[in-house]
Amino acid sequence: MTDRPFSGLDAVERGPLPSDASATPSTASLDGTSDHPSVAGLKGRFGDAIQGHRLTAGDQTVVWVDPSRSLETLTWLKDDPGQLYDMMSDVTGVDYGNGRPVEVVYQMFSTTHKRALRVRCKLPLDALEIDSVVGLWQSANWLEREVYDLFGVTFKGHPDLRRILMPQDYAEGYPLRKDFPLRGRFTRAEQTRRALAQDVGRFYGAEELVEGGEPQQVFAKPASEAGEER
Amino acid sequence: MATRTVELEVGRNPEMVIDGRPALSPLRPFDVQEPDLGTEEMLINIGPQHPATHGVLRLICELDGETVMSVTPDIGFLHSSFEKLGEYRTWNQIVPLTDRMDYLAPLIYNCAYVMAVEKLMGIEVTERCKVVRVICMELDRVFGHLLWLGTTAIDVGAFTPFLYAFQQREKIYELHESLTGARITTSATRVGGMMADLPEGWLDGLLDFLEEFPKTLAEIDRLLTGNQIHIGRTQGVGVIGAADAINCGLTGPNLRAAGVDYDVRKDRPYYDYETYDFEVPVGEHGDCYDRYLCRMEEMRQSVRILHQAMARLPAGPINVEDPDISLPSKTDCMSDMESMIHHFKLITEGIPAPEGDCYMAIEGSKGELGMYVVAEEGGTKPVRWRIRPPSFVNLSVIPRLAEGHLVSDLIMINASLDIVLGEIDR
Repeated sequence: MTDRPFSGLDAVERGPLPSDASATPSTASLDGTSDHPSVAGLKGRFGDAIQGHRLTAGDQTVVWVDPSRSLETLTWLKDDPGQLYDMMSDVTGVDYGNGRPVEVVYQMFSTTHKRALRVRCKLPLDALEIDSVVGLWQSANWLEREVYDLFGVTFKGHPDLRRILMPQDYAEGYPLRKDFPLRGRFTRAEQTRRALAQDVGRFYGAEELVEGGEPQQVFAKPASEAGEER
Repeated sequence: MATRTVELEVGRNPEMVIDGRPALSPLRPFDVQEPDLGTEEMLINIGPQHPATHGVLRLICELDGETVMSVTPDIGFLHSSFEKLGEYRTWNQIVPLTDRMDYLAPLIYNCAYVMAVEKLMGIEVTERCKVVRVICMELDRVFGHLLWLGTTAIDVGAFTPFLYAFQQREKIYELHESLTGARITTSATRVGGMMADLPEGWLDGLLDFLEEFPKTLAEIDRLLTGNQIHIGRTQGVGVIGAADAINCGLTGPNLRAAGVDYDVRKDRPYYDYETYDFEVPVGEHGDCYDRYLCRMEEMRQSVRILHQAMARLPAGPINVEDPDISLPSKTDCMSDMESMIHHFKLITEGIPAPEGDCYMAIEGSKGELGMYVVAEEGGTKPVRWRIRPPSFVNLSVIPRLAEGHLVSDLIMINASLDIVLGEIDR
């Protein structure tokens, strides 16, 4: 929350990158031994891809995985008979602000072994993309869309990566990023002007259903033209 | 562990089964040859303002005649950015945001949130507080299921169960009001305890409710469980298999109806749930009817848990006795210097948290309700507060469940998933 919030169209043009990016590491990843059976398996099989692990909140195990090898790791966690994490409870993002990496967090549970595991992947702000796990767990479909919507993380291979909670033509960026001010980037007047300039009819057309299509750009024409039409 | 079965009082009608699987619309007469009237494909919107969508949910349906070809849910109409708001509030100030998400079972959300924060901070609440919270959560499970029961019965054309269910809900509203001062926006919990202890006579009120409620539930059961129309509208509708249900992230009664005995209270116990004697109902067909049976049975089991919790409710303080966590009493604030300082520090600064993150899953009325909190060292506000919304994930399977069914079945499927849009959109 220490980031300087931008406002107005400048912030949109500038993009989602926070300005004073200092590459300080996020949550410390402590190396060492772990009682969790999956940690030893992961370390033995994937070696360098496991960037660290720790015990948090008493009894919860977190593993940091190299995002470029996340799909491989998660596939193994789902399919290996010793792991069998068949339930992907949650996929979410965490932005610590101050230019630190955005983390994608996977909460998994194995209904066979009655074990939970949390996997986190650190994504640097200039490369916010990671492989989609929808092919492994259908439940990740909407959850990944939500992370894309609110954090701007692109999930490669997602079948239908559209905004989900915010409107398809939302122009102010990614709301849960720390550089996003609480009340939005546009002034109230600008928000009202844009709301009134919408072509409502387009929201009920068939093109809205095209999966993976470009989001509607109802603000393509300059504001002055839209005003004249009204 | 006790057995986990639902006793199906009504057998499946074999005539309703075609080629070994239930007919999509069992009430349709099979032997009548209807002339082909010719149908056309069309696109219709159900919602966002429609009573059958149970909130501001918009379902974009591609129809061939009356058959649903595809459904695309459109959500976000109620988005209030609770998670973003939480980052600007201290730990205790977030509690009022939680009950505004699931306003059908607010106490469960209050409890789940503070449980996550307490686990993150390593706070062990008192024994009395644990039992009081179990009472709150089980009472609101009944509360949430009753609303589902009433509104779902209306969706299939039965009006009476709605009135019966809401009569009982009214009694729970009154219990809410005398416990928390509010009927819906309860905000009853605080980090380290509750806003207040149970008021005098509250348990008697709860006992009265627990005596009356099973009778009403039995009446509703008689109205619906063996009702041919209800069976025809629900059996074989919206079927999902066990493996698919897990893969799609279904939780709660929706998952258990598909035959998976996953219940957070049994599989990842919290608050001594392993010491309560209750059963987890599990269905076998994964259709709307089994979801109905599971929820009905869950209400009966909740009544059992409530009786046990009332019997074991220990005396003693409800809040942890740590001045850095719990507010001092009003009298102390006014008469004791140290208490006043603690009060001032707690209100102005909040409770400092250790660095780390915590995911706390509990069994909500809709399914696995997860609260994920991330804190930085000494932070009195969360870096990230995330709700794992059970309805959100449950709703995401609706395109798959509804495909090939009739529009009227889509309404039933949507109702049977038991969604609340306040929590889906957050």
